[in-house]
Amino acid sequence: MGFPDRIERTVEIAHPPAKVWAALTTAEGLSAWFGQEAAIDLRPGGSAWMKWDSGHTADMRVERVEEPTVLGFTWRIFGLPEDDPRRTYVEFTLEPAGAGTRLTVIESGFAQLPEDVYRTAYDGNADGWRKELDELAGYLGAA
Amino acid sequence: MTSWLATSAPPDAEAIAERVFTALADPSRRAILAALASGGPATATDLAGRLPITRQAITKHLALLAGAGLVTAEPGERRRVRYRVRSAPMQVAQQFLAALARDWDGPLDALKDHLDRHARGSP
Repeated sequence: MGFPDRIERTVEIAHPPAKVWAALTTAEGLSAWFGQEAAIDLRPGGSAWMKWDSGHTADMRVERVEEPTVLGFTWRIFGLPEDDPRRTYVEFTLEPAGAGTRLTVIESGFAQLPEDVYRTAYDGNADGWRKELDELAGYLGAA
Repeated sequence: MTSWLATSAPPDAEAIAERVFTALADPSRRAILAALASGGPATATDLAGRLPITRQAITKHLALLAGAGLVTAEPGERRRVRYRVRSAPMQVAQQFLAALARDWDGPLDALKDHLDRHARGSP
C-alpha cells in the first residue's frame, strides 16, 4: 500500500439525486445524518460547519456547487492541531442510477508534506510538539 | 544513519511513518521524546538523571530515535552530545494516520438510513 493521498467510496442509494442533493447541501439534511447541528452557505467560497454533541466541530469551505451532481468542500485534516493550515478536499458526485443515485465521495490531499515554512513554525514549539506527541500516542494506544 | 534526511529526493512517506511508529511503540522512547520536547536539548546523561532509565538504555533508544529522524545530535564530543527533537517525521506519520482514520463508511450508512426514514415519513 502506498501513501494514501485519497479515500474513495461509492454507494448505491435507492433515492433520486434531488433527494440526495438536499441531504448533502442543506443544514436540515446535514444535521440529520452527518453532524448534529449544521449550517451551510451553498456557494463557492461559502462557509459551512457541523457540530457534534462530543464538542467536535468541522468547519468547511464550499468549493464547487453544481446542482444536483457535484458538491466539493475543503476541511481540516482530522487529527491535526487546530491551527494547522492544511486541509483536505472532499467531493461528492451524484449520478442517476435507475430510480436511485450512485454517490461517490472522494477525499484527497492527505499527502501534503510539511513545507519548510511549516517546519520552521513548529521546530522549537514545545507546546505544539507535546500536543502532537500526545495525539499520536493516543492513536497508537488505541490501535 | 539518517540518509533520507540528507538527500534532496522526496522521502518515502510510508517508510517515514513506519519508522516513526516503530520508534514510538516503546514507552521509554516516548518518555525520552517527551523529556526532550518539554525540557529542550539534553545529553544522554542528563536524560538518565531525569528518567527511570539507565544511560546505556537511553543511548540505544536515542540511536533508534535518530534513525527515525525524530531526534538529531548536535555536534559535540562524545558524552557531551546533546539531542534535540525534530517533529517533521511525526507530521508525516500523523497524516498517514489521518488518511487511515477518516471514516466515510459510517456517515454514508447514516445518509442512506436518513433518506430511507425520510421517504417513509413523507410518502
